[in-house]
Amino acid sequence: MSYPTQIRESMTKVEVTRQRRLTETHPRLSAQERETILKKFHPDYIEEAFRVLRLGPNRGERAPRELADALEAPAVIRHVPELLNDPVSHICDVLVIGGGGAGACAALLAQEYGASVLLTTKLRFGDANTMMAQGGIQAADKENDSPALHYLDVMGGGGFSNDPELVEVLVNEAPDVIAWLEALGTMFDKEPNGRLRTIHGGGTSRKRMHAARDYTGAEIMRTLRDEVRSRGNGSQTSILIWEFRPVVELLLDDQGRVAGAVALDLDTGQYMLIQARAVVIATGGSGRLHYQGFPTTNHYGATGDGLVLAYRAGAKLSFIDTMQYHPTGAAYPEQILGQLVTEKVRGLGAQLCNVEGEQFVFPLETRDVESAAFIRECQERNLGVATPTGQPAVWLDAPMIDLIKGPGTIARELPAMVRQYKRFGIDMLNEPILVYPTLHYQNGGVAISPNGGTQLPGLFIAGEAAGGIHGRNRLMGNSLLDICVFGRRAGVAAAEYAKQAEVADFSLNHLENWEKMRQEAGLQDDQPAPIILPDYTRAQTARTIP
Amino acid sequence: MIEITILGQRYQVPEGLTILKAFEWAGFHLKRGVGCRAGFCGACGTVYRFIGDYRLHYALACQTVAQSGMVLGTIPFFPAQRPAYELSTLQPTGETLLGVYPEIMTCFGCNTCTKSCPQELDVMSYMAAALRGGIENLADASFDCIMCGLCVARCPAELVPPNVALLGRRLYGKYLAPQAEHLHVRVQEIRAGKYQAEIQDLKDLPLAELKTRYESRQIEA
Ligand SMILES: Cc1cc2nc3c(=O)[nH]c(=O)nc-3n(C[C@H](O)[C@H](O)[C@H](O)COP(=O)(O)OP(=O)(O)OC[C@H]3O[C@@H](n4cnc5c(N)ncnc54)[C@H](O)[C@@H]3O)c2cc1C
Ligand code: FES
Repeated sequence: MSYPTQIRESMTKVEVTRQRRLTETHPRLSAQERETILKKFHPDYIEEAFRVLRLGPNRGERAPRELADALEAPAVIRHVPELLNDPVSHICDVLVIGGGGAGACAALLAQEYGASVLLTTKLRFGDANTMMAQGGIQAADKENDSPALHYLDVMGGGGFSNDPELVEVLVNEAPDVIAWLEALGTMFDKEPNGRLRTIHGGGTSRKRMHAARDYTGAEIMRTLRDEVRSRGNGSQTSILIWEFRPVVELLLDDQGRVAGAVALDLDTGQYMLIQARAVVIATGGSGRLHYQGFPTTNHYGATGDGLVLAYRAGAKLSFIDTMQYHPTGAAYPEQILGQLVTEKVRGLGAQLCNVEGEQFVFPLETRDVESAAFIRECQERNLGVATPTGQPAVWLDAPMIDLIKGPGTIARELPAMVRQYKRFGIDMLNEPILVYPTLHYQNGGVAISPNGGTQLPGLFIAGEAAGGIHGRNRLMGNSLLDICVFGRRAGVAAAEYAKQAEVADFSLNHLENWEKMRQEAGLQDDQPAPIILPDYTRAQTARTIP
Repeated sequence: MIEITILGQRYQVPEGLTILKAFEWAGFHLKRGVGCRAGFCGACGTVYRFIGDYRLHYALACQTVAQSGMVLGTIPFFPAQRPAYELSTLQPTGETLLGVYPEIMTCFGCNTCTKSCPQELDVMSYMAAALRGGIENLADASFDCIMCGLCVARCPAELVPPNVALLGRRLYGKYLAPQAEHLHVRVQEIRAGKYQAEIQDLKDLPLAELKTRYESRQIEA
């Protein structure tokens, strides 16, 4: 496939300036400049893309239109008569919804604290954003670093809007999480003497990004998954795993406590009642809602279901008006549009260049600022690279890495990236690549306390579905961290709660209220939510949606 | 437009789509056989031939462009052997691998696994390392495995290389990788409360001062 001629011309300019740029550092933006560029170019500031919620716990607050539609939607099971008369399919102490990293952590700890656990997930266990994380996981474990420095970075990255209590827990438990993952057999990159290899990420003041090549999330996910499966057979209390059975509604008891859930078997179309003393929602993000029409890095099942389930049951959301656009989504070739080019490429030294082959932004600004700078370069300054589909782009000069860090670095540190580009005829060792912001991460979610709890008794949240830890902008490497920190905590808290919770009769009364509220707000019988899976079958979308 | 065959039925699809998107273009609302859509989860293992050609090819549907004449089949689920084990009770030795997966002795070196790997890993050679008890080699050479299971479906000796490799990597990561002293020191320091006061100070700072602290922090070169 390689690059067409008109793009090659610009690529040559990047090659010509490369030697000179090796010794040049583009200045960082000042606090003032950062604010200006965000307000003018970041998608979070496009007013028309948002609207005010008309019902539910966050009524009157702003949310992206696509998310607002899902949050206000009628229930999937609204027309299923007599559902509650069905026999209960499963009874457990703790129900974990979602088989990504946060769900796996919660399941492991809940089981260790004596709970019987059912983990039910939408696709296969591990088909999740966790599996796709490439770059790394943060922890302040080097001599020149400290949890306090990590704290400062997280707060600054989040625009000082983060919940300080959550951040404190996050940074304090980070080194322990790395040690725990290692004890489970996760292979982090190390020096021969055992020191963990760490690099910078956007917005870090110390090199504290730990990686497992560029399969960091995959390495963590497959390790956690294998451990969950190990507990499935032979252990005292087992973890039962259901796949292809997404949850479509929570069950509450007459006092508003969470008492279970309704799952849908995707193969048979059957609804299944699950009775549980405590529920952990670990359903991840919502990139597949394609806010503002952006392509996304997220997996197929990232449709924000957990937010819908919790919201309808009465839990408050926080920071849902801010999404993270990852600056370096693949912009060419079309087949991988929107897929992630890990931040590690910049962490290792690659610079950004415009169509003239010149730098225009410091490569490791925080993601929101970096994205806004790309958009400005293409929109306002008109110095972007035009690809054949009209998708704007800027250059990410990957080949610099081997010049800075020595030959072989790219192949060793970025095998997944090299492989992905090679599949489509681009040689990342020698050719720069084209990138543009892509929808990446849900900064907010269901508001949590430090043990993952919500204001609904029995409902716990962990991972990308939770809100408050990262404020308005998450730094790379803090999400893989938070899914472990808060996944473990939610697992413990849910198990402890389950020990003292009575088993009460469950109902779907909250749905009657919901329908009443919808009618009062004048809403129609719109498309129900959770969305479960996006539909890309329509011919017109198949070409543009990644 | 090009013509491809999906599960025995012919469809016209535009040129340039990945196999995955070609399925969707043709009208499949996929539930199985799709996960990350980006080459990381292994959900979309696909087998195909070209019309009139006896040879089999293997691909990840999300990472391969559909070509005219492809006759495509997916493997949404394949039963893979995985015995129960508890990592904390195992020794990091070749005997452990053979104990958990004794069938790996029956590998007769046909190389079908390597030929079927869409990640282009040398599966047969990491399985040979497993047989020799070379856990480090096994872990290193299999690292980029995304467990799509295509080699499992094809192995005439009925082996499950991805699961053997996963056990190898976990044994290596837990027992054989050199220890990170600084990590364990830090965990102890935090448990002893060494950084508590410093973080409390930051939490107590007025916002303006916290911001100044942030802007003036030293960045490691
Ligand atoms: C491409 C990519 C790269 C990334 N790189 C990094 C990185 O380098 N460092 C970092 O720290 N972070 C990174 N992130 C972010 C991080 O990986 C995720 O935020 C994190 O893994 C989310 O974990 P989770 O367990 O909360 O959600 P997920 O891992 O997404 O798991 C959620 C699970 O819930 C399931 N589910 C959804 N709805 C339902 C339902 N209704 N019922 C049942 N199950 C359901 C999903 O199918 C999925 O299995 C990256 C993200 C992406 C997409
Ligand atoms: S869908 Fe995950 S590898 Fe193709």
